[in-house]
Amino acid sequence: MTPLLEVDDLRVAYGKIEAVKGISFTVEAGQVVTLIGTNGAGKTTTLRTLSGLLKPLAGTIRFDGTPLTGVPAHQIVARGLAHSPEGRHIFPRLTIAENLQLGAFLRKDTAAITHDIQRTYELFPILGERAKQAAGTLSGGEQQMLAMGRALMSRPKLLMLDEPSMGLSPIMMQKIMQTITELKASGTTILLVEQNAQAALSLADQGHVMEIGRIVLSGTGADLLHDESVRKAYLGED
Amino acid sequence: MHELPQQLANGLILGAMYGLIAIGYTMVYGIVQLINFAHGEIFMVGGFGALTAYLVLPDGTGLLLALPLMIIGGIVASTAIAVAAERFAYRPLRGAPRLAPLITAIGLSIALQQAIWKWYPDAKKARVFPQFQGDAIDILGATVQRGEIFLLVAAPLCMTALGLFVAKTRTGRGMQATAQDPDTAKLMGINTDRIIVIAFAIGATFAAIAAVAHGLKYGQIDFRMGFITGLKAFTAAVLGGIGNIYGAMLGGVVLGVAEALATGYIEEIPGMTQFGGGSWKDVWAFVLLILVLLLRPQGLLGERVADRA
Repeated sequence: MTPLLEVDDLRVAYGKIEAVKGISFTVEAGQVVTLIGTNGAGKTTTLRTLSGLLKPLAGTIRFDGTPLTGVPAHQIVARGLAHSPEGRHIFPRLTIAENLQLGAFLRKDTAAITHDIQRTYELFPILGERAKQAAGTLSGGEQQMLAMGRALMSRPKLLMLDEPSMGLSPIMMQKIMQTITELKASGTTILLVEQNAQAALSLADQGHVMEIGRIVLSGTGADLLHDESVRKAYLGED
Repeated sequence: MHELPQQLANGLILGAMYGLIAIGYTMVYGIVQLINFAHGEIFMVGGFGALTAYLVLPDGTGLLLALPLMIIGGIVASTAIAVAAERFAYRPLRGAPRLAPLITAIGLSIALQQAIWKWYPDAKKARVFPQFQGDAIDILGATVQRGEIFLLVAAPLCMTALGLFVAKTRTGRGMQATAQDPDTAKLMGINTDRIIVIAFAIGATFAAIAAVAHGLKYGQIDFRMGFITGLKAFTAAVLGGIGNIYGAMLGGVVLGVAEALATGYIEEIPGMTQFGGGSWKDVWAFVLLILVLLLRPQGLLGERVADRA
């Protein structure tokens, strides 16, 4: 079986500075794959390139059997790839319900959209309670829930989450990670970018460690969690 | 001439026209952060489009019958120019330093004026615009010309339609999303290039309606009419809070009324006599702009930049 996502020798540059220097990895349907690494490793750049927001310098991206390279950003979500961006980027002056509606912008099945919004409210009850409130009034953790819920509204084949735990309180972070675990259990395929390596590797099937634009180490989540160099560099152990 | 109801009516009519044009500035700015300084000329071209539609109709067509076709002619002309300007002048400069599109807009503005001057028949002087016949109408103690009634009907209709469009339709919601966060809007599947074209087209449509109103009110149009009126409408957009469509209309009305009151009353203030009357009205309009920029830079209905992050 061919993987859902195949990234081959991807290179991305901002002007003359190469941020991603030839990375290759795959995501199988049903898997959770994580990219970990420090700031500036190229994780966010990779996701933004997969979404079409950045144009690659070289390399190929194949998704669900078709090439994604050269497809404009606004057509990517229609292919089944949803992106919850770093920093959440909810639409602050629209209501929570309107934000979720926008997640389903390309869908025409009104009844099913209403149903999916209800399901999002079951997943995150706080969003249902505040459905008519401007999204900008939510706390950081609630905004993260909204960003994830919004990405799910497109019924994606692959959900990309960029730093979902960033800037959250430990309790909120735990809650977000638990939600990701639940999504995984329900069969959602996830590509997860995280600085919190411990949490990410604990629930990932596959992990890749990125350093200044390259993948330096790959393995199963459990392997990497017990790898000595990973523990030293990313899990804060001596 | 100094009765208050009359001055308020004059101001309201003038302000509604500024407001309609200001919508074009504010929508384009709200979505691409570009001040389209050629918008005054898009308004002017709309006027000539409407005049052309009138001239190709058979002689003796009643103005009431001709008016819808004139509006369509104006909208076709102004929208064609606005959409072409977006596609061929502004889009290639997206992502360029902000000075580049600004200079392009000013160049485009001069080019459009000169094109009409050179190629539109007899446009080197003002051209006569058709007029409604009949006496002026008395409304609540103010005398309103028949041609001005058009604006009093068109402006609220346009605003209501635009408000519903933005709030209730899928494209309108896509427009709000693009204004707030263009990259994330793309992630939702919104074709932001298309949204930008729609914003230009709506602005041009409203400008053409304002140009028909301008022609009916003053009885003539000329290739320079977009300059000072465009500048006033831009002032109205800033006054109301640029990026906010209701702010644009409010700013237009406030500016129009302020201008009318300044024209009518400033000369009655002791020691200010020489600053009153029609010749100083533009000065007072821009004094108002300076005051707003000093005291409330975000405009009447604008949000502080920090709130928009």
